Amino acid sequence: MPEILDQARERVLGNGVGLDEAGILAVLNLPDEHLPAALQLAHEVRMRWCGPEVEVEGIVSLKTGGCPEDCHFCSQSGLFTSPVRSVWLDIPALVEAAKQTAATGATEFCIVAAVRGPDARLMKQMREGVAAIRAAVDIQVAASLGMLTKEQVDELVEMGVHRYNHNLETCRSYFPNVVTTHSWEERWETLRMVRESGMEVCCGGILGLGETVEQRAEFAAQLAELDPHEVPLNFLNPRPGTPLGDRPVVEGKDALRAIAAFRLAMPRTILRYAGGRELTLGDLGTREGLLGGINAVIVGNYLTTLGRPATADLELLEDLKMPVKALSATL
Amino acid sequence: MTESSPATAALPAVRWCDRCGESVATGPHPACEAARAWEPPRWCASCRRRMKVQVVPAGWSAVCVEHGERRG
Repeated sequence: MPEILDQARERVLGNGVGLDEAGILAVLNLPDEHLPAALQLAHEVRMRWCGPEVEVEGIVSLKTGGCPEDCHFCSQSGLFTSPVRSVWLDIPALVEAAKQTAATGATEFCIVAAVRGPDARLMKQMREGVAAIRAAVDIQVAASLGMLTKEQVDELVEMGVHRYNHNLETCRSYFPNVVTTHSWEERWETLRMVRESGMEVCCGGILGLGETVEQRAEFAAQLAELDPHEVPLNFLNPRPGTPLGDRPVVEGKDALRAIAAFRLAMPRTILRYAGGRELTLGDLGTREGLLGGINAVIVGNYLTTLGRPATADLELLEDLKMPVKALSATL
Repeated sequence: MTESSPATAALPAVRWCDRCGESVATGPHPACEAARAWEPPRWCASCRRRMKVQVVPAGWSAVCVEHGERRG
């Protein structure tokens, strides 16, 4: 057994203290033959510090495309030659999407907009949309609207938005290679305000942007320092027309190593499968990840791409005897 | 993964790849074919207009101003 896994068993499983950056890097560098042991330990950590429940979420794009930012992985930037056109979702369609999500047993519905930060029109759409969902659907509403002002944070709290997603995307040292129109620190500032407001912080990123293994460890350590309620873990799905459109997808074993490492860095967080898992892991890898530290999934489609049918994930959870977290458990 | 509505069958002849927007007359697009399982169409296969596409948790719609809506 590699020394790092023995250390992690005592420190993370025994005491609930996440690995430091050096420890995370050691897990990310484990040879293939030790990957099953790392996943098993990460699963034990998840079961001990989070429990067997899996949090299910659906997401929808309220405002698609035409974003002024240049996040190099994103097909919704208006600065690239992506075929994604700008489109807004109306309130009835938003409520219907929330109903579809709730019908899967999901407790979370995240409303996302491709913007630098919300303007008055978007905040108005949010106000009306969140009110309409809360009147018609029994589900928790989360939001992801880019960088916020303090006033906007307070307004979202008033609307009843209980969790705010704002991904750091990658580590601080690599961020300027991925985004040049705003800084990692600006994102951190929004996250700080969200935390102070009492909303739950949801913050993750994308693996496979060209970062080194060391930078992947740096990212996990920086997330652990932030201590978010939830960490969505995406794997790059290279989008045509974007600067990262020709990058290879993350190898399945590297993705599983990362899942184990992120869980060992953050024993208590909700670690969610987000975009790209279909390409990177496929059906078998998806199962392995759920037995290796993952305890939340986005079901159904993503913002501009398609996911597995919700039924496929729900059947898998049933097969693994992992109960879907009930709404009452989140209130 | 996706199912086209009956309206798809009524569309005019397919001349363009609905994923990359290039001609389909020159041969198959294996990469686009593989990607289609995880992506809605972006280009109108009849006129090559970029469509307005909305993805929701349980489906998608793609609208061409000339040739109407597809759903999946």
